[in-house]
Amino acid sequence: MSMEQLKYNLPSKQQTQQREAILVGVTASGNCEVLLEKGDDAANCEVDIQTSARGFGTIWQAVLSDFAERKHAGGLKIEIHDVGATPAVVSLRLDQAIEAWENEHGQ
Amino acid sequence: MANSFLEASARERVQGVCDAGSFQEILKPSDRISSPHMALLEQPVAFDDGVVIGRAALGGAPVLVAAQEGEFLGGAIGEVHGAKITALIAKAVQEKPRAVLLIFESGGVRLHEANAGLIAVSEIMRAVCSARAQGVQFIGLIGGSAGCFGGTGLIARCCDVLVMSEEGRLAMSGPEVIETVYGVEEFDSRDRALVWRVSGGKHRYVMGDIQALVADEIKAFRDAAIEAMNTGKVDFDLQSIEAEHALLTQRLEQFGDCRDAREIWQRLGLPSAEELALMPADEFVNATASARNVARGVQ
Repeated sequence: MSMEQLKYNLPSKQQTQQREAILVGVTASGNCEVLLEKGDDAANCEVDIQTSARGFGTIWQAVLSDFAERKHAGGLKIEIHDVGATPAVVSLRLDQAIEAWENEHGQ
Repeated sequence: MANSFLEASARERVQGVCDAGSFQEILKPSDRISSPHMALLEQPVAFDDGVVIGRAALGGAPVLVAAQEGEFLGGAIGEVHGAKITALIAKAVQEKPRAVLLIFESGGVRLHEANAGLIAVSEIMRAVCSARAQGVQFIGLIGGSAGCFGGTGLIARCCDVLVMSEEGRLAMSGPEVIETVYGVEEFDSRDRALVWRVSGGKHRYVMGDIQALVADEIKAFRDAAIEAMNTGKVDFDLQSIEAEHALLTQRLEQFGDCRDAREIWQRLGLPSAEELALMPADEFVNATASARNVARGVQ
């Protein structure tokens, strides 16, 4: 098994809420952990991925673009550790992370 | 907030067991204190290396707490994971909190890190024993689906007090390991009833290996941890260790020929295994009170 590193920078509406980093999910089979932090570019969402499943770059691109379009993720940095989560799981984890970010009380 | 301890993540357990909002994490995920070994094996890391540590309050008293995440590599102990727990215990010796809470869920040593993981387990065991000798109380909680096996089982039994649910498992070798080494005739790891009869919380409670059996609820674990903290430290000196060894010798004489926990329960005059399996924790505690004394050598 070999790992793949992927990087994306996606245009997204600016996220105005400021807060400390948030972690959701776990690095586990069929699952992934998502760390959400403040980034540097207010107009873009920066995404770094470590995944054990090679060759799914276009699917990651599709899932992440959909997320960046639906949510206010501009100015955020996302780091993902993935062990073969399905696109649906990844999408739900991203939504969970941004909802926790926007919710005053966190997770 | 999750109610089932079994289904909760390490972070949810810490939040639910400790006083609401009191947890202050040490080495947060964003600090990225991860395993340096996983990249060599081309495997993704976890931001916290599978263990959450920090300061919190329990029933108003200051505690230090560590919780293992069973979903990440089965909660197995690697170099960084172990170093976080060892350092937390060193902090406990300095800060003297009312107790250290260890929320276990781990298959033992992380095979990917081999000797580094083995050394980490011994370091934690030594740290627990040394801190106990200096007056720190350790309360262990076991109720995750990965159980508490191998080196982590050894660490758990170094604690003052252990609290378990019947869903939790505590043992040295895990079911698959026994089957692999001795064959399926010796131990069928797919026989779930057998696995839980032998290593599950109910059997551990009857034998006196743990001090409290609770329902699979985060609140029940919290209440038991507070009670254990208020009951205070358990003696930890040469005399108490020798007494424990004498008890284990006696156990071997009493039950050494039993092939299954079911035979031990029969010998102790307990209800049938089927009846015991269906009892909720509180009912089980009452039904086994006298058998527990016999197993512990208290007549």
